[in-house]
Amino acid sequence: MPHNATSSSHAGLQVAVLVSIGRHPLTARARRADQDARAVEMALSLDDAAIRLVHAGGNDDDNEEALRGYLGMGIDEINVIKQASNADIVPALVTSLRDAAPQLVFTGSRAEVGEGSGLVPYLLAEALGWPVINGLAQVESIEHGVATVLQALPRGKRRRLRVRLPAIATVDSNAPPARQSAFGPARRGELAARACSSMPDELQAQWHMQTARKRPKRLKIVKSASARDRFKAAAAKAEGGSGQVLSDVSPEQGAEAIFKLLKEEDVLR
Amino acid sequence: MLDTLLPILFFSALALAAIGAVRRVRLWRQGRHSPVSLIRGLIAMPRRYLVDLHHVVARDKAMSNTHVATAGGFVLAALLAIVVHGLGLDSAILAWALLAATTCMFVGSLFVAKRRRNPPPRLSKGPWMRLPKSLIAFSLGVFLVTLPTAGILPEDLGSWVLALALAGVVAWGLGELFFGMTWGGPMKHAFAGALHLAFHRRPERFSDKHGGEGRSTGLKALRLEDPATKLGVEKPADFAWNQLLGFDACVQCGRCEAACPAFAAGQPLNPKKLIQDMVVGMVGGSDAHYAGSPYPGKPVGEHAGEPHGPIVTRPSTKGGTALVDAETLWSCTTCRACVEECPMMIEHVDAIVDMRRFLTLEHGNTPNKGAEVLDNLIATDNPGGFDPGSRTHWAADLNLPLMADKREAEVLLWLGDGVFDMRNQRTLRALVKVLRAAQVDFAVLGNEERDSGDVARRLGDEATFQSLAKRNIATLGQYRFARIVTCDPHSFHVLKNEYGELGGNYEVYHHSTYLNRLLEEGKLSLKAWKGGTVTYHDPCYLGRYNGEYEAPRDVLRALGIEVEEMARSGYRSRCCGGGGGAPITDIPGKQRIPDMRMNDVRETGAELVAVGCPQCTAMLEGVVEPRAEIKDIAELVADALIEDDSAESTSRDEAAGKARRAEEEVTL
Ligand code: SF4
Ligand code: SF4
Repeated sequence: MPHNATSSSHAGLQVAVLVSIGRHPLTARARRADQDARAVEMALSLDDAAIRLVHAGGNDDDNEEALRGYLGMGIDEINVIKQASNADIVPALVTSLRDAAPQLVFTGSRAEVGEGSGLVPYLLAEALGWPVINGLAQVESIEHGVATVLQALPRGKRRRLRVRLPAIATVDSNAPPARQSAFGPARRGELAARACSSMPDELQAQWHMQTARKRPKRLKIVKSASARDRFKAAAAKAEGGSGQVLSDVSPEQGAEAIFKLLKEEDVLR
Repeated sequence: MLDTLLPILFFSALALAAIGAVRRVRLWRQGRHSPVSLIRGLIAMPRRYLVDLHHVVARDKAMSNTHVATAGGFVLAALLAIVVHGLGLDSAILAWALLAATTCMFVGSLFVAKRRRNPPPRLSKGPWMRLPKSLIAFSLGVFLVTLPTAGILPEDLGSWVLALALAGVVAWGLGELFFGMTWGGPMKHAFAGALHLAFHRRPERFSDKHGGEGRSTGLKALRLEDPATKLGVEKPADFAWNQLLGFDACVQCGRCEAACPAFAAGQPLNPKKLIQDMVVGMVGGSDAHYAGSPYPGKPVGEHAGEPHGPIVTRPSTKGGTALVDAETLWSCTTCRACVEECPMMIEHVDAIVDMRRFLTLEHGNTPNKGAEVLDNLIATDNPGGFDPGSRTHWAADLNLPLMADKREAEVLLWLGDGVFDMRNQRTLRALVKVLRAAQVDFAVLGNEERDSGDVARRLGDEATFQSLAKRNIATLGQYRFARIVTCDPHSFHVLKNEYGELGGNYEVYHHSTYLNRLLEEGKLSLKAWKGGTVTYHDPCYLGRYNGEYEAPRDVLRALGIEVEEMARSGYRSRCCGGGGGAPITDIPGKQRIPDMRMNDVRETGAELVAVGCPQCTAMLEGVVEPRAEIKDIAELVADALIEDDSAESTSRDEAAGKARRAEEEVTL
């Protein structure tokens, strides 16, 4: 039973939600991005939170319509940080978040257009020195600067986490769906645009972009006699090859193990 | 004694009535501005009353005669009584006329009283139960006090006591009939009703002297230009003033209630109660005094409202009820059965959609699948969220001529969203086959077609409707065609009646009408029907919305089918439950509307029910077996085609199809 965190516990909570321009998977029409909209919904589900929506990016007509989709959820204003189309939005967002100093930042796990790498929250967290929670499913309570949240894990599992604020949380499609966007408030809401110097994304400039090709899907052929077998095959966990479970170890030992793994996998050199 | 008392009585009653009238007018004027032509309306009123209103009332013969006697007698008696007793004009002729009028009214009142002895459940009780007594009191009282004037009884007959008693009876009658008329009693319907007829928001719905039928069923467009204005109706005062006037005219006869499929299915809607609730909201107060059937499952007395208070509470402001609950508004299938039956010409559907508009456009609270469907319409131009580039996949083998290639054709075949539905694809195939057999020059828009906007509009999303409509109008504007033919009555209605206001005027045919035309022109030859008994289900959007009852029956007749009519058919047809976005909002009831409709079919013993609408097909076919088979008129015609004389053209098409396939094989 989802319940809202009690209001008394975090009166005056400042929440920032980072929203981007989405794109419909079939028609490529601009729209509010699904996961970002869920992030807004998550913020709206907190009683008594002061919600601030932030968008960094270009601001052409199409984008305005899409951004208004968020306003239609009952938001009065979106802070639009104007950026050149080739800009790296992370520095601008870092400045904005540092200035506004929210306790919680919500955003979708990845954008629907552009790189869509899903790295923005991590880069922000790195720059701000804040923790990141991914797959936020529910905020249970916020007390004395510590949030108790549920994190969504594969196959409907949930994990309870306690995190010191300020923190960044990303939501994916496991979060509750976003409410309907209403036309009236959408066009009445305000897009408060603010110019901000943009840092060209140099890395991206060197890339060569091309349209993705549809790759044929490998068929998973399940040979089975009964519906029960087929169900089991479909619901089975992906087989993990190796790995180890560490429990009851000291933080140093844990860090050691993670460090070793990252080295092995060539993530750290 | 009476000579002094009566004028006082009459004039005080009249004065009070006048004060009441001013108060009542003030209540209506709380509504939004809505331009009407006052003079023209008042001039048209008697005809609207005598022809259009009585056309509806006369469906219940006994009640119609009762009303003519009572109301006719009353109007005459009231006018004469004011002259004779109020002004004291001593004319034997007028007195005799007054006696006749009161007698007529008295007889009528007796019938009213008889009906109230054992009233059907659709009638409201409460103050309405005393109405026959008041009518009798007035007619009898005035009759008796007139006897001396007419010279039948000596002037000084009777004692003071008798005179006082008589005056008392007359006062009672006057109170109900004059005073109650404007102060909210049952007789209010006469005052408000007369003005409602004069200032109706849809003056085009009335017949005219030149035989024009008068039909106005398209929803009125909401003006979206100004971002600051509130969209739709939030509070009773947001209705147009003549809508409020219309609500006030309700006689609580419950004909709408008896016709409403949602009420019968036990969903929380009763059109009569809804109209009464609007009156409660307009005046301010609670619905506790309502004396008719409640919304199924919702006890009376728990809702209250005021002219400037919300009609529906926002779910996020927890708890509490306002004037009506959202489910009530979302239960309606927009079938118009209530509007068709209403003797007071009240427009329930307009009111319901107005309130839905607010819920969708301002609150963003379209229930159940509503939000998803609207999002799909915005993103993909069809309610199912299918790839708009796949609209013609169903017809990959049919080689349909595209408007984009041909630029002009005699008939533009509007396919509708049924293209994504496998059942409807069978109907479309049948229709294409028939059109080809009749060698009709047609073309389709293919992927350029979009949803007509019907569902979006009925769900209150006027913005999406207008966006779809404008883009469709722009697309249609590129091509030349004489007429549009469609097998979807919803698209038909929207294209025909609702695009006009946005600048799209077309000659539109439902396929049944068009097929009938082809048959009449001898362009189709059909085998005789060999199957069992057949009944026909009138789609609301074809029948009540557009008055087309005959063409489908003519087509069936041409097939040699003797239609076994259901008890509720023609203008009284019961909705299949598929309109107005009802399957999307899906408000639970005690039974399902299509099940009730299939029971109607079952009662006729028909083995097959002919339909003319993809929604009806889907709803009725969703009823569990055993049930009658469901076939679209186009399918019936296609099955009966004798293709000899047109074999050439079809075989050419087939040959072309084969050639294409062969080519494909080579390239593979
Ligand atoms: S709305 Fe019309 S049909 Fe319904 S009860 Fe009132 S007068 Fe009768
Ligand atoms: S339109 Fe049909 S469903 Fe809606 S209130 Fe009227 S009768 Fe009932």
